[in-house]
Amino acid sequence: MGTLLRVDDLHTHFLSAGKVVKALDGISFEIREGEVFGVVGETGCGKSVTALSILRLIPFPPGRIVSGAIRFRETELLALPPDRMRAVRGKEISMIFQEPMTSLNPVFRVGEQMREVIMLHQGLGKSEALEAAVRMLERVRIPEARKVAGQYPHQLSGGMRQRVMIALELSCRPALLIADEPTTALDVTIQAQILKLLNELKREMGTSILLITHDLGVVAQMCDRVAVMYAGSIVEEAGVAAIFENPRHPYTQGLWGAIPLAHDEKPTLAVIPGAVPDLSRLPEGCKFHPRCGRRFAPCDRIRPQMTAVGDGHRVACHLYGGGEPS
Amino acid sequence: MFVLVALLAPLLAPYDPNEGELGQRLKPPSAEHWLGTDALGRDILSRVIYGAQVSLQIQLVAVLIALVLGTLLGMFGGYYGGVTDNLIMRFMDILLAFPGIFLAIAIIAVLGPGLLNLMLAAGIYSVPQFARIVRGSILSLKEKEFVEAARAAGESDAAILFRYLLPNSMAPIIIQTTLRMATVLLTASGLSFLGLGVQPPRAEWGAMLSTARPYLITAPHVATFPGLAIMLVVMGFNLFGDGLRDSLDPRLKD
Amino acid sequence: MSALLLEVEGLTKHFAVTRGMAREKVFVRAVDGVDFAIARGETLGLVGESGCGKTTVGRLILRLIEPTGGAVRFDGRELTALDRKRLQPLRRSFQIIFQDPFASLNPRMTVSEIVGRPMEIHGLTRRAERDEKVGELLAAVGLRREQLARYPHEFSGGQRQRIGIARALATRPQLVVADEPTSALDVSVQAQILNLMKDLQGRFGLTYLFISHNIGVIRHISDRVAVMYLGKIVEMAGKGALFSKPLHPYTQALLAAVPSLDPRRRQEEVLLEGDVPSPVNPPPGCRFHTRCRFALPRCSREEPEFRPRADGRWVACHLY
Repeated sequence: MGTLLRVDDLHTHFLSAGKVVKALDGISFEIREGEVFGVVGETGCGKSVTALSILRLIPFPPGRIVSGAIRFRETELLALPPDRMRAVRGKEISMIFQEPMTSLNPVFRVGEQMREVIMLHQGLGKSEALEAAVRMLERVRIPEARKVAGQYPHQLSGGMRQRVMIALELSCRPALLIADEPTTALDVTIQAQILKLLNELKREMGTSILLITHDLGVVAQMCDRVAVMYAGSIVEEAGVAAIFENPRHPYTQGLWGAIPLAHDEKPTLAVIPGAVPDLSRLPEGCKFHPRCGRRFAPCDRIRPQMTAVGDGHRVACHLYGGGEPS
Repeated sequence: MFVLVALLAPLLAPYDPNEGELGQRLKPPSAEHWLGTDALGRDILSRVIYGAQVSLQIQLVAVLIALVLGTLLGMFGGYYGGVTDNLIMRFMDILLAFPGIFLAIAIIAVLGPGLLNLMLAAGIYSVPQFARIVRGSILSLKEKEFVEAARAAGESDAAILFRYLLPNSMAPIIIQTTLRMATVLLTASGLSFLGLGVQPPRAEWGAMLSTARPYLITAPHVATFPGLAIMLVVMGFNLFGDGLRDSLDPRLKD
Repeated sequence: MSALLLEVEGLTKHFAVTRGMAREKVFVRAVDGVDFAIARGETLGLVGESGCGKTTVGRLILRLIEPTGGAVRFDGRELTALDRKRLQPLRRSFQIIFQDPFASLNPRMTVSEIVGRPMEIHGLTRRAERDEKVGELLAAVGLRREQLARYPHEFSGGQRQRIGIARALATRPQLVVADEPTSALDVSVQAQILNLMKDLQGRFGLTYLFISHNIGVIRHISDRVAVMYLGKIVEMAGKGALFSKPLHPYTQALLAAVPSLDPRRRQEEVLLEGDVPSPVNPPPGCRFHTRCRFALPRCSREEPEFRPRADGRWVACHLY
């Protein structure tokens, strides 16, 4: 499997009330062809900023990509002129959001919106494009696709809207689909339907997916590889089996221990004491050290580097070497 | 600034606003009378300054009437809903259905002209604006969980209205108050200009404009300065209101 | 003193809504005949998806909305028959914790006022002692006494939820209805709040009605669990029995839909297709029959009764 997208030492900052908020503080990862790469973390860890940075949709001001590289296939996205970047968005990389209602235009019928996108990116005629739209709706298992194409977004249920959104974003057969909390607003039975659909479409179309979520169950069910983020940094990265069976970073371990399980009994929930740090006043050394039960000498002075602890398993923690400051 | 001028009028004004020298009629601005004199030889600067006092008085009383009545009506309508709300809001709609100043004129027609009635008319004319804004704010607030929590704790309706809903509606009320100050001044000046409000010889800007009308061609300064005063103060309140809205709005959102 | 603190029978709420240009009046059958009871010191978990009526059940029990029908007995006293005046003094015995830690605290009150007001209303404190008593409660929920004079916006989501819990405990209630108390919180903060609620239950002898859509949370906190679908409870059982062997087809589908944390156990089979029908026109017979894998002909005609089985479990399904 080749590399589709490679992010290198990406820094994205926001200016808020005169302070610099380091939303992304040097993250690096890669997404391979045909895989589902999960980014997991709690509110404010930077997972959504990662998605927006890749698409260069960071609102400026107050936000700005300060440094780093984002290589998509042979192209350096951060160096593209704005019109070339627009062509990449939607055609080669597309994105679905938590609440599809905000990204569907409420005054146009579903079919019309899809038709416009298909005409724009594929150069089809009006009626051909509409037919393609209906086929795409059928593809996301929407019953009575032709009828749905004639409806307005508000007439659809939440699950249906997310299906429409997926159909819309996949209609141009993008190489990478970014899904930002795609099932968080949905009920659990509807979530199961959407996850199954995404899995099937990935197999059929070979699309790579960057899946952003706070739900570890969704990660376990969907992803091939996972990155765990904390306060703007990736703290651990591994294959999905390794990270669930053998989480190494104390934050990952804490997060895993804090989840009440539906399929198993857990007498007590582990607690990570304290709260996430202010991104404009990050602690020295490891960002997690004030909340970490296993901190020792170097943790409050030296920022740990990503170190390999197994096949494709990397951790940024002094317990596993953590490396000298580079 | 406007308020200061109004309060310090007796100190600032170089002349008595009502004493004229008939030998000094319709004099253009000079070193002696900065803004000139009017048809009865009264110093216009002094009259404009004293006019600020009258205007402020009218504004404060009228807006206070509107504020209290409108807020109460809006609160009860919004909180209790149903028939109460329907009755109150339909009545407000009737008031709003009168084109602009005619409502105030109609009220004065019933009560007769005069300073007090002018205040009443200008006040009642502004009641619906307050009622609507407060009602809208209460309607959205009463669905909030902290109001439910208050009811679950056993708070009385009065306590919920005055401890929970009203304090959280203050921002829009304050903004509306400043904006209304401007409108009321315009209404009051308009009414006085028509001879329905403050009666001569009291110095009021609208009334001054009215008495200046015959001399518009021969002595334009007599009309210009009170007019300018009205314009500046109205603009001042509007800008102040807009500024307040901008500074209070971010907090409204969270 | 009866062992049952709360008994609910046939509880019903139909909301009237007018819709369309014709102002046609229709009824949303949000809660449609719900029966359950909670013993002292127990936690009953009420679980279901959005629109199933679980939140309305919580509000009805506290009489924050007026029921259309049915009975709520609290500590042996019928609540639905009481007028407002006679209900008011009883309110101190049942309190509520809300979902949204931002909307549930009055932004213009200090923590001391927010937590102290319920005590004052019920004459449990004098002004002079208020701060002292509020301080004790803050300490009990893991906040510091010095934070008394602060306003809600100065706190994080998890801390605000602690303030909400302190307010609910201010009148020393017996029953606490917790309506999705951790749904707005991150996982690590959720764990803190769940542990706190378990701890407080022991210390204050509380009885919980814990409402949530999160099945993991329900499993963790509850002693018994009731599952709601379209305004009705379809199944109710002890936690162990319900999770190890769910009886009702909806319960089975619901549990199976929760993504497993084991990446080697990928769930390919989706047991529940389609969307929940509208509560304005719920399907005749069993409300679940339109989506049920085991639907029999009689399911579309005859409504199954919600009744206890020999083993003490309750289920509303023709299969049993």
